[in-house]
Parts: sequence; structure tokens; C-alpha cells
Amino acid sequence: MSRQILYLAIPLLCLFAAIISGLLGPRIGRVNAHRAAIGGVGLAFILSSIVAIDVYFGNTFNGTVYTWATSGDVRFEVGFLIDPLSAVMMVVVTFVSLMVHIYTIGYMAEDPGYTRFFGYIALFTFAMLMLVMSNNFLQLFFGWEGVGLVSYLLIGFWYERESAIRANLKAFLVNRVGDFGFLLGIGAVLALFGSLDYATVFAAAPSSEGLSLVDPFGNEWHWITVICLLLFVGAMGKSAQVPLHVWLPDSMEGPTPISALIHAATMVTAGIFLIARMSPLFELSRTALSVVLIIGALTALLMALVALVQTDIKRVVAYSTLSQLGYMTVALGASAYSVAIFHLATHAFFKALLFLAAGSVIIAMHHEQDMRRMGGLRKSMPITYLTCVIGSLALAGVPPFAGFFSKDAIIEAVHLSTTPGAGFAYVAVLVGVVLTAFYSFRLVFMTFHGVPRMDEQTRSHLHESPRVVTVPLILLAIPSVIAGALLVEPALTGTLFGSSVVTPEGSVGHGPAGALAMLAHAPFSAPLWLALAGILVAWLFYCARPEWPGWVAKRLRVVVWVLEHKFGFDELYQRVFADGSRALGETLWRWGDRRLIDGLMVNGTAAVVVRASVLFRRVQSGLVYHYAFAMIIGLVGLMSWLLFR
Amino acid sequence: MHGQRIQPTDEQMSFLQIVFYIFAAILIGASIMVVTVRNPVRAALFLVLAFFNAACLWMTLEAEFLAIALVLVYVGAVMVLFLFVIMMLDIDIAQMRAGFTNYLPLGIIVASVMAGELILVMLSGEFGSAQMPRPGGHGETYSNTEALGQLIYTDYVFAFELAAIILLVAIIAAITLTLRRRPQTRYQAPEEQVRVRKQDRLRIVQLPSGKEDDA
Amino acid sequence: MIPLSHYLVVGALLFAISVVGIFLNRKNLVIILMAIELLLLAANMNFVAFSHYLGDLSGQVFVFFILTVAAAEAAIGLAILIVLFRTRRSINVQDLDRLRG
Repeated sequence: MSRQILYLAIPLLCLFAAIISGLLGPRIGRVNAHRAAIGGVGLAFILSSIVAIDVYFGNTFNGTVYTWATSGDVRFEVGFLIDPLSAVMMVVVTFVSLMVHIYTIGYMAEDPGYTRFFGYIALFTFAMLMLVMSNNFLQLFFGWEGVGLVSYLLIGFWYERESAIRANLKAFLVNRVGDFGFLLGIGAVLALFGSLDYATVFAAAPSSEGLSLVDPFGNEWHWITVICLLLFVGAMGKSAQVPLHVWLPDSMEGPTPISALIHAATMVTAGIFLIARMSPLFELSRTALSVVLIIGALTALLMALVALVQTDIKRVVAYSTLSQLGYMTVALGASAYSVAIFHLATHAFFKALLFLAAGSVIIAMHHEQDMRRMGGLRKSMPITYLTCVIGSLALAGVPPFAGFFSKDAIIEAVHLSTTPGAGFAYVAVLVGVVLTAFYSFRLVFMTFHGVPRMDEQTRSHLHESPRVVTVPLILLAIPSVIAGALLVEPALTGTLFGSSVVTPEGSVGHGPAGALAMLAHAPFSAPLWLALAGILVAWLFYCARPEWPGWVAKRLRVVVWVLEHKFGFDELYQRVFADGSRALGETLWRWGDRRLIDGLMVNGTAAVVVRASVLFRRVQSGLVYHYAFAMIIGLVGLMSWLLFR
Repeated sequence: MHGQRIQPTDEQMSFLQIVFYIFAAILIGASIMVVTVRNPVRAALFLVLAFFNAACLWMTLEAEFLAIALVLVYVGAVMVLFLFVIMMLDIDIAQMRAGFTNYLPLGIIVASVMAGELILVMLSGEFGSAQMPRPGGHGETYSNTEALGQLIYTDYVFAFELAAIILLVAIIAAITLTLRRRPQTRYQAPEEQVRVRKQDRLRIVQLPSGKEDDA
Repeated sequence: MIPLSHYLVVGALLFAISVVGIFLNRKNLVIILMAIELLLLAANMNFVAFSHYLGDLSGQVFVFFILTVAAAEAAIGLAILIVLFRTRRSINVQDLDRLRG
């Protein structure tokens, strides 16, 4: 009972914090608003840590807290499933959220929407916690939509900017596509299993493996495959997988702390979490796993390529996020769910770190985000520089930083995978390693090294960010360094997640177990050398030989053009879906609304009545003998009918 | 009460038949004249003839009371009313006949169809002598009026009283419809006469006395 | 022996004739009223005939009431006719196309 209250307190603290700082913000003032938000989320972090330790000692929980509604045999409940997977997610979410809260004090200090911002991010934390703690599909969907809503609100936080409004609309619409699939998936689950409860569904899943449904065209589909694919469509939307990735780069219109919290560390990983949670289902469908694997590999490779040519500092990080999400998806597709979550956790730390570091640079540069106007910042911003390098090393997968362990585990898992498409995925992730190292150090070198390229005034005002910014950077840098080494062994041997995710035999790799063994093995494996090669090329291009990039770009003009246009996804969607649906709307408005409804139905009814009236008016001559005549004729007719029928 | 039914002899039957056909022929002929003659007065008179013959036919059906009532009510009252009205109104007969022949073919067709169908039913055999034989006549002591009275004042007494009320309403309606209040007509208003007070009629005027003048 | 059907045929003919009368005399309301009287007479004829042949006096009671109502109807109809003539100086049915006096 006391645990239940503890579990309940974690999201509710965030909700109350959101209500206080968001709704009462203008009344209680900025300082009180951020105290309330940070207090609530901080407490939630502490409680989450307690829960995580509790779970480590084996106290898991799965139960209903509140029955929302009952419809027939289906019960809509609010319930918690506390197991290692959700415990890890809770700790990651609350920790990153707390860091972002603190960082926001410095980053948003001047902003008029200060209290509103705290309300939003606390609300986000609440929704995300509801998502990860859920023990049923409905609550999962609630949290899913909740984080989507806050994401929408925060991308459009600076609502005076047209680009922000366009970006949040885009994020919203693209996510609609994914959520539609997700909702259909939940519906399919309900249709097949008659329950929304995870435990019930997972228990019933293996016996439903043979069931199939026939679509109107006569094709036969396995129920489980359909469910998994639909759920994966939802995950694709939320976790920005190709081809539903287009909203994530644009979401950088939001304030940087949001990019760190929502669009790098937590919300976008909801899709990864979802599939990891659904691992008992996905394990039953090889087709779905293959789709997941290939989509993930495509995302990892293509987005890393696009990141090469980006000049906006936040966009580079955004595309790297997309690429890393691709890595996680690849791991899921290779059935290495625990590895995916492991990478999710380490990525959350170092990607939040990178975003916050980028934000720190942006503050120093007076909201200039173009890396071509930066350079040489390392002297004036040492802490930001140092933490950013740590983040980049972690991202590039250089030992002993966190990213090394998780990424190496993914590559190893893909190498061992027998899922169809694994060969392609293996090549993609290996190429991705080079690209990741290259673009992350391109960012470092362009921003912090070389000659300063900003104007005089900005340059003279360059200084390190305030402590509320640097402290979270340092606090995030610590797990970026050590989280990998600490967690790698329990994550890979399966003790970390226990039974909360399925770990098929041979999916994770049986190579060197333990952090030290992996470190020792690193020099003899390809990924490390690939990463170092990437870093070296970046150093050559942007430090040693600054004229090389231009020369290469000229030689590979077509490639650069394609990359700068991000493979044309945006243009395609704009042309086909946006313009198409507008044209459709226009046509429906013109034909359906104006002609059919207004013209034919509304005015048409009136016109028919008028015309009929004009016609029938003649019958109403007002002359009595006409009426008498009609009566007599009617009488004769009736008589004839009665007589001769 | 009901007298002994007397089966009519063949001689009586044949005489009755002759009477029936004569009266029926006159009735039909008079009816045709009613709707075709030019002058409404003559139409009314032909209607009187038609009613008379109808009354005679009813006599053959032993409905003496109704036959007499028809003559008294219709011929004596309603038709006189018709004649009064026709004579009171200044009707242009020539104008009235306009279009008469235009409607004649259509009217005859419709009426022929109607009559043809009706007669088809009547003569279909359902109402022939075999199916519905004519009952024998009542005895001399039988009074149709008395029998009808027995029925009306017992079973149909409420309907009878209702009929009386309908007649009363008809009288009031007819009078109120046709009553004209001409402004120049002088009439008494009893309710005002009753309601009158002294002050309305009598005015006491203080006149100066003519004493000085007299003096 | 006169069968019932002969009386009924007389009634039917009367009915048809009065219908023709209504048809023909479109200009003369008085004749139309007379035709209606004939119409009622035709109905009465059937009632009386059936009453006799069925030996049921109720038919005659019905005729009695019809006569009452017909008399009332004639009285009111003529009253209306007079009012109409006063306002329009005509009893032409064609002029009766307005719902006000």
C-alpha cells in the first residue's frame, strides 16, 4: 500500500508542480514558480531513485490504482507496472528533466513566458512518467498524447515566430500519422485479446501466434504482425524514424532546454521504450522485427549523412539524435531490447548534455545558431567546451565514455542478429559510426576551435554561461562518462532489466562481458578505429586544412545538394501531402460544400420547394368548383378502384 | 304493436309496380330539369316536383311519416326559402348560363361513369328479389309514425335533442349572417334603457331668477 | 314485385344527376345548393329503401336526422348566399376565390 502511494506520488508531484507553476505562475512570481517546479520534479527524481533501488532488490509491482471506466468486459484503468525497465526510464526522465529545469533558470531568465515554460516542462514530466509507469495500453496512450501535446506547445513556445508555429504544426501533423497507427494498434490489441492490460496481453500472445486476419484484398496477415507494425508506426512517429522523422529537425524552433529534454533525451525515446515494452509481442513476429531493423538502419544512416552538411548547431545535434534513435531502433530490430534501452539511457545523458552545451553556446553568441559564424570559443567558454567534448566523445563512441559501451553493444547485437535485413543494418551502423564521429567533431571543431568568425561586438562580449547553466552541464557530463561503464554489465547480461524485456538467446552477444573486458577488446574491433578515423577526418577538414571542405563540396556537388535537401523528404511531403490535402480540401470545399451541400442540399431544397410551390399553386386556384371537381373525380376513381380491383 | 304482415297479391303488386315506375320516371325527369333549366325559379319548382315524387316513392316503402315530413319540411319550408331567396336576388340569368354547354360533355361523362358503376353494383344480383325479397306490408293498425316515435324518443333521444340544437344553431346562424345594422335604422336598446341613471337624463341648471326684471 | 335494386338505381341516377348539376351550374350557387339537396335525397332514398327491405326502422331514423341537417344546411347556405350577394352583387362561384369578405 505504501509503495502504491510512493508510485502515485512520483507523477502527481510533477502534475502539481505543473499546475502551480503553470496556472498560478503569474500570481506567485517567477522565483516561486521555478521553486515549485524544481521542487516537485526534484522530489520525483529522489523518489524515482528510491523506487529504482527498491526494484533492484526485487520489489516489482503491477497493479491497478484506479478504475476509470468499465465498458462491457473492457476495463479502463490507471495502473502502474514498476519493473526494472520502467525504473530505469523513471530515473532517466526525472534526472534529465531536473537538469533541464535547473538549466532553464539561466537559459530562459529573460523570457516573458518563464512561468509558462516551467508549467509545460513539469507537465511534460508528468505525462512522460505516466507513459513509462503505465501497466496498460490506454494509460500508455494517455501519456503518449500528453507528451505529444506538451511537445507541440513547447515547439511553438515562441508563438510570435512564424517558423515556430509552422514547426509545431508540422510536428503535430506528422505525429498524428504515427498516433493513428498507434491507436489502430491498440484497437487491434483490444480486438484480439479483449484486454488492454500488458500482463494479460503478453500472457495471451504466444497462443495467438497462429491467428491471422484477411484483408479486403484477400491477403492473409498474422494478427501479431499487424499489431506490431501498427504499434511501430506509432513509435516511428514519436521516435522520428524515417519516413516520419521530418518533424524533429524543425522542432529545434523550440527553446534549447526543450530540445534537450523532449526532443533528445526523453520523449523521442518513448517509441523505443514502447517497443522494448512490447518485446514479448515483437518477438512473435519476425516480419515486424525485420521492418523495425531496416527502418532503424535507414534512419541511422541517412540522418547521419544529413547531419554532415548542417550548419545550424542545434540542427546538427538534432540530426545526430535522429541517427542515434535509428541505432536504438536497429537494436530493437535485432531483438536486443535491453541494449536499446541501455543506449537510450546513455544517449539521454550525453545528448541532453550536447543540447545544453549548444544552448550555452547560443546564449553566449546572443542567439546566433550558425556554426559558420562561430569558432575559437574554447578560450572564453572552457566549461562548455569541456563538457561538449565529453558529450561528443560519448556520442562518437570513444572508450571509455558512455556511448562506446552502448553503441558497441548495438553493433555487436546487429552482427549476431539473424533478422532479415541484418546484413544491411550492420553495414549501415558501421558507416554510421564514422559519420557520427565526423559530424560530432565537426561541430566541436567549427564551434570551439579555429579562428573566430563572429563579429567584433559579439566577440568582445563572449563569456562563460552562468552557474545554473554550467552546473547541469557538469552533472550531465558525469553520467555521460561513467553510465556506460557502470551499466554495461548488468544491461548486457540481462540482470538490469530482468524479465521486463525479453532477451532472446544469443541476441545480445556473448563477447567480452564487463566494462574492463570491453575496453580491453576495443582496440581490436572495427568501431573504435572507425570512430577515430571520423574524428581525424573532422580535424583535418575543420582545423588543419580548412580549405578542404569547400574543395570536397565542389567535387561532390550533387551529393551535397541532396544532403542539404535532406533527401527531399520535406519537399515530397510538402508537395504530396500538404499541397495534396489542401487541393483536396479546396476541391471538397468547392464541390462538396459549395455545390453539394450549399448548392444542392440547402439552397436546392429551398429551390425545389419554391418550384414545387409554383407548380402546385395552380392546383390551389381558390375556385370552389375546382375543388368540387377534384373531389368528384376522386370519388369516381375510388369507386372504380373498389369495383374493378 | 306491429300489425299482421299481409302478403300482397299479384294484382296489388303489379299496381304498385306501375305506381313506382311512374313516380320514379317523374322524379328522374324533374331532377334533370332542376339542373338544366335556365330559370332558377323554375328549377326550384321542378325540385318541388322531385320532392313530391320522392315522397310518393317513400310511401310505397311504407315510410309515411318521412314522406309527409319531406313534403312539409322541404316543399313547405326549404323550397319556399329557396324561392324567396331567388326572387330577392337580382340575378342575371343570361350571364349565369355562360359556359353551360362547355361543361356538359365532361359532366355527362363523369356522371355516366358514376351512374354506370353504381348501377352495375345495384344490379349485380346482390339486391335482387331473390336475395332480398320485399317484406310483406304491415296491417291496417300499424302506424309508421308511432313506430318511429317509439324509436326516436327512446334509443335516439340524445341524437334527437342534438338535432334540435343543430336546428337552433342554424336559426341563429342564418339570422346573424343576414342581419344588417343599417346606421339609419332606429331601434331600441333595452339594456341601455334599463341602465340609465338620473344624471344622464336630468340636468339641473341654476338660472338667475327674474325678480329684478319683474320688479 | 319491385326489387330493392330498382329503388337503389333510382337513388344512383338521382346522385349522378345532381353531380352533373354541380358540374354544369358553375355560375349559379342556388342551383348548386339545389343539386346538393338532390344529392341528399338520393342518399335518403337508399336509406328508406334499405330500411324497408331489411325491416329495420333505424334507417328511417337516420333519414329523419339527415332531413334535419339538410334543412339547417339549406338555411345557412342560403344565408351565406345572401351575404355573399350583398358584398359582391353576384352568386357566381367563379367570384368566390377569396378567403375574405
